[in-house]
Amino acid sequence: MLSRVADAFYWTGRYLERAEHTARLVDVNTYLSLDSTPESSGRHWHRVFDSLQATMADGGTDDVVALVHQLALDRGNKDSIASGIHAARENLRQIREQISVDLWERINRLYWTVRRTAEDASWQDQPHQFLRGVIEDCHQFIGLTTATMNRGEGYYFLELGRFLERAITYSALLDTHVRAFPDLRHGEVAPEGVAEWTALLRSCTALEAYTRRFTARMDARRIADFLLLDPEFPRSIRFAVEQVEAALRGITRLSGRENAGRPERLAGRLRASLHYAQLDEIVDDSLQTFLTGISRQCGDIHAATYRTFIGYHLDAALV
Amino acid sequence: MLRPPTSQTAASLFAHYELDASFDEMFAPGHVPRDAYRLLFDRLLELPATEWRHRQQAADRAFLNQGVTFTVYGNDEGTERIFPYDILPRIITGAEWSVVERGLAQRLLALNLFLKDIYHEGKILAEGIVPRELVYSCPHYRREMSGVRVRRDVYVSVAGTDLVRVEDGGFAVLEDNLRVPSGVSYMLANRQVMKRVFPGLFSRYHVRPIDHYGQQLLATLRALAPRPNDPTIVVLTPGVHNSAYFEHTYLARQMGVELVEGRDLFVHDNVVYMRTTGGPRRVDVIYRRVDDDFLDPLAFRRDSQLGVAGLFNAYRAGNVSLANAVGTGVADDKAVYAYVPAMIKFYLQQDAILPNIETFLLHDATHRQHVLENLERLVVKAVGESGGYGMLIGPHSTKAERSEFRSRIEANPRNYIAQPTLALSRVPCLFDDGVQGRHVDLRPYVLFSGQATTVPGGLTRVALRRGSLVVNSSQGGGSKDTWVLE
Repeated sequence: MLSRVADAFYWTGRYLERAEHTARLVDVNTYLSLDSTPESSGRHWHRVFDSLQATMADGGTDDVVALVHQLALDRGNKDSIASGIHAARENLRQIREQISVDLWERINRLYWTVRRTAEDASWQDQPHQFLRGVIEDCHQFIGLTTATMNRGEGYYFLELGRFLERAITYSALLDTHVRAFPDLRHGEVAPEGVAEWTALLRSCTALEAYTRRFTARMDARRIADFLLLDPEFPRSIRFAVEQVEAALRGITRLSGRENAGRPERLAGRLRASLHYAQLDEIVDDSLQTFLTGISRQCGDIHAATYRTFIGYHLDAALV
Repeated sequence: MLRPPTSQTAASLFAHYELDASFDEMFAPGHVPRDAYRLLFDRLLELPATEWRHRQQAADRAFLNQGVTFTVYGNDEGTERIFPYDILPRIITGAEWSVVERGLAQRLLALNLFLKDIYHEGKILAEGIVPRELVYSCPHYRREMSGVRVRRDVYVSVAGTDLVRVEDGGFAVLEDNLRVPSGVSYMLANRQVMKRVFPGLFSRYHVRPIDHYGQQLLATLRALAPRPNDPTIVVLTPGVHNSAYFEHTYLARQMGVELVEGRDLFVHDNVVYMRTTGGPRRVDVIYRRVDDDFLDPLAFRRDSQLGVAGLFNAYRAGNVSLANAVGTGVADDKAVYAYVPAMIKFYLQQDAILPNIETFLLHDATHRQHVLENLERLVVKAVGESGGYGMLIGPHSTKAERSEFRSRIEANPRNYIAQPTLALSRVPCLFDDGVQGRHVDLRPYVLFSGQATTVPGGLTRVALRRGSLVVNSSQGGGSKDTWVLE
């Protein structure tokens, strides 16, 4: 496969994952704000921006409508949902002939929904509807890829982008959260913290899965364990890293590239560290250091993938 | 067996079908259907109007679903449209076609010899058959190609020659497109759709197939490969914003080869590679759909983002082949066109099978004076333009347009030619209020690798506006499927 085509699939995966994550994060926090004092609401929004590594506009947290707009539809903000969807569509447009009509129509529909919404301020009365729509369209896109795409390099690059992005954003989200609530004792979270921990689970679509496993009793350590290390929950960081490794295995096999093992090895090492980790030990040591380590290793996997398959040095490759 | 249409339906269906001096391909004078059109004519009378409309809609839907679209410029999102399409086939008999086929083969052979000659010995120039300054003043003449050995001496691998039928029904050549002719994907897609919409009529007509064009193109390209064993062929596109991008993807898919952009290719030690996830892969033949100017920023336009730095040197070194070769545009210059019959005579000692249209060369003072005095009757064309741009159609022009062209011609006479306004032939098209005649041309696609082959048919372009003579898709033109009979 042409490296340019692989690159476009990879970034489509990353951009769409990020758009979906941002939509959910904004949705959850908009409703969390309704139940909280202005001060605590302000703190929520700062955490949201921190976890997305986005810079808050000048107005600060006084104007929630403006914050939501900045994250959702502001094309000047390269991390907004609108920018992400636009970028994903641009990537797919460059490789239009590689994807099915259905897939193209799906991304196009999402793109036009976002553009129409941006032209009409009335969406701000009910951001939930718009954000929910983005999430659903992203799910349908993923569903179509799973149901209809050949398991070729394109598919695996899409998966690689999606799950690498997820491992990175979830690590950052969890990191921001435990920095604000560092006390990870066993046992129930104090009543004033319940809403915050519930929101964290919601932001990872984990509330129902968690409740089914551990009942509605909010236990900070269990929540961290669930989001980070759970082997079955499909949105845990461990699960995402397993998918990254599987995608790289597929790419390495299909590309026929020689000496292409490095990205897969890095992913395998990270996966193993999550497989055999014990949350108690991580917490005793430092959960934050552990999470920062995941982000860094994801960055290494990205760089190694680029060096091996996409932006490799030509003279070295021709020896 | 001929009988004039007498029934009520025929009268109403063809009520708006006008006949005049133009050759009508369906009707002989007096609205008598010609033999080849008899079956279609009967079918038109049998099927109710609603059924025709259904089939037109089915065809339109098929085009949209297949993504058979072209990009319209002037919109930042890049609007995609389907090429307007008329579902009545245009029919050409086997006998008519065999003349066209032989004529095209003869012409392309001569044009390839001409290109080889002017970039090497220049015999035709030395003998004064084609004026030297005409060739050297052509903007598409590439001095860089002088003395460059082109593989198998094939300069033009793919040509799209525009033919018209003049008043007596004979075919004549309107222009040669020898650079990057487009439209062949519409020819192929039209046929796919027609087979689905009119299976019965199609099989009764015994239409000669065209579906093997992809394989033939691939074979033509493979013949140019510097390394004969398992060569890598690619299609080079300017990218997704190009109006013919659909065609580039279509042809790449038909041939089963990669569609690349300039940024996918690089040159190392005069060898061209493409960057793949499996590592650099050597490229042997590039079917380039990028103009000469943009091929290589080191050799041609330095601001080109579409090309590949170093490509021209790799080409000169013989490590990669380009189809078509660099510098073929000099042979489809509209002034050089006037000399093609003389080239055929010079290189092949034959008379041209397909005649040219009478052409006035405006650098010639006598011709120029005649043209300037008769602008309202003539068509004036800029020599290097295509797509119906840079044209003055005398009978349809305003005084202001004529005086503008007059000053343009006087400023740069070499840049223009003039031809009589042609009565293009007409074929039946389906409209809401019945069947009407519309003017058409024909662009067959000729492949050349020492010998010419032409898939039977080509792209029939039709001026869908009543009375219009302009068939270009950018100017209200559409297309039809072209049926060449056994």
